[in-house]
Amino acid sequence: MGELSRMWRESPNRYRLLGKKCGNCGRKYFPAREICPVCHRDSIGKMSDFELSGNGEIFTYTIVHEAPPAFSRQKPYVLALIKLEDGPMITGQVVDVDPDEIEVGKKVRSVFRKIAQDGKSGIIFYGYKFTLA
Amino acid sequence: MLSKNVYIIGAGEAKYGELWDRSLRDIAVEAGLKAVEDAGIRTRDLGAIYMSNSLGGDISMQEHLSALMSDHAGIATEFIPSMRIEASTASGGAAIREGYLAIKSGEYDIVMVGGAEKMTELYGNENIDITSSILDREWEAFEGATPAALAALSARKYIKDFNIPKEILAKLSVNDHLNASLNENAHFRNKITVEQALKATMIAEPLNLMDCAPLSDGASSIILASEDYVRKNGVEGVKMLSSAMSQGPFALHSRECIYSVEPTKRAARKALEDAKTKPEDISFVEVHDSYNIYGLMALEDLGFAEKGKAGKLIEEGIGLNDKLPVNPSGGLKAKGFPYGATGVGQAVEAYLQLKGKANKRQIKNPTKAMIHNMAGSGVASVVHILGVE
Repeated sequence: MGELSRMWRESPNRYRLLGKKCGNCGRKYFPAREICPVCHRDSIGKMSDFELSGNGEIFTYTIVHEAPPAFSRQKPYVLALIKLEDGPMITGQVVDVDPDEIEVGKKVRSVFRKIAQDGKSGIIFYGYKFTLA
Repeated sequence: MLSKNVYIIGAGEAKYGELWDRSLRDIAVEAGLKAVEDAGIRTRDLGAIYMSNSLGGDISMQEHLSALMSDHAGIATEFIPSMRIEASTASGGAAIREGYLAIKSGEYDIVMVGGAEKMTELYGNENIDITSSILDREWEAFEGATPAALAALSARKYIKDFNIPKEILAKLSVNDHLNASLNENAHFRNKITVEQALKATMIAEPLNLMDCAPLSDGASSIILASEDYVRKNGVEGVKMLSSAMSQGPFALHSRECIYSVEPTKRAARKALEDAKTKPEDISFVEVHDSYNIYGLMALEDLGFAEKGKAGKLIEEGIGLNDKLPVNPSGGLKAKGFPYGATGVGQAVEAYLQLKGKANKRQIKNPTKAMIHNMAGSGVASVVHILGVE
């Protein structure tokens, strides 16, 4: 279902947290965008790559008990919105932690992990998750 | 000639629920033909068909549902235009709006707006993968987000910031089940208590099964007509006082606020303005409570309560005999949640209530209804205001 090309295309963004910075207003975006939603046409040609630090804090979180097949073996897992210190908010799992230790406001950092596998013999997807800093 | 006003002149519905013995085309045809019959028209009178469906391609592996429904309802021999409208879980509201605009433009005198979805064709947790396609697949679902998980992220923040007890959320589900017990087309006819609602199986903390709308099969249909048609034929329809839609950022993480839906606020403001109406003049509201937290957020964003104060409104009473009845149909939680049918189903309920045909769940003399259909976690919202003189 086109999974391979989709993943391959986006690996730099997923592996290195590569986003974009608007040369007009300085705002940073993740995932990458070609147009700044604030500056609109004034940002054309001024969007440049920007690598996020991966440091941030938990803005809100949930513990997922009912998960899609690709995540069945990981449940229950913690899914959070992370407010990154560079500005953008990002959706990701918080791992290597007892769910009871999770709190809104706790500092986290990004780690490179296996995200899921496409069926028993399908390709493995890698990307970012977060651990307590 | 431009039509000054647009009217709903008929409505039909196939029962919502787990309909193992019925196909997508069966239920779509049933709802469509019932609406045609209710409107007292012939299928050859239809100028166009707008069919709402969200996930038919993935679930039933069937696209172009409008043509399939039209053909199996025997309408293909009329050779009228039909198309499928898709805007995630707001497909129904979007389809109604397309029908409304088509009549208002003067192109057609009568159109059918249908909505159908077959959610139970999927096995086990496969449905979570498919329904997650209404999220941003690459930057939300890829990380393990599900529709319920996103609602839970908003719920946790809402509960924390406004310091409200979880019971408040449960009360919206209890109200939905109570109303659905009076709706013969509802998925769930059982009443539930707050205690039962709080003890249900956890789905995505803090939300449990009773905070989440079910996967339902279902189909709903309405017939819209121009002012000219209604006048000439002496039909008493329900007037569409306004129609508004707004769409904002896709992913939850891109939004300014995760418990206020800007598209809902904008669509509501526009709909109220165009209908020259205030929230206090609305007799009842159908809100898109795919998760009860979204119901609370909607009551606030639509203008019925200040941000963080929907709980107070719910405590004061949202039953059929209270000041603002909420979800007389049973809402998404209990009438059911067949994605593409939901928005059209809300219009069916508004039509029945405003015509005094809602049987046991009839609200006393309603004059204006607001219906709110939302896409996913709040990507887009469609608000319609309907009324009778």
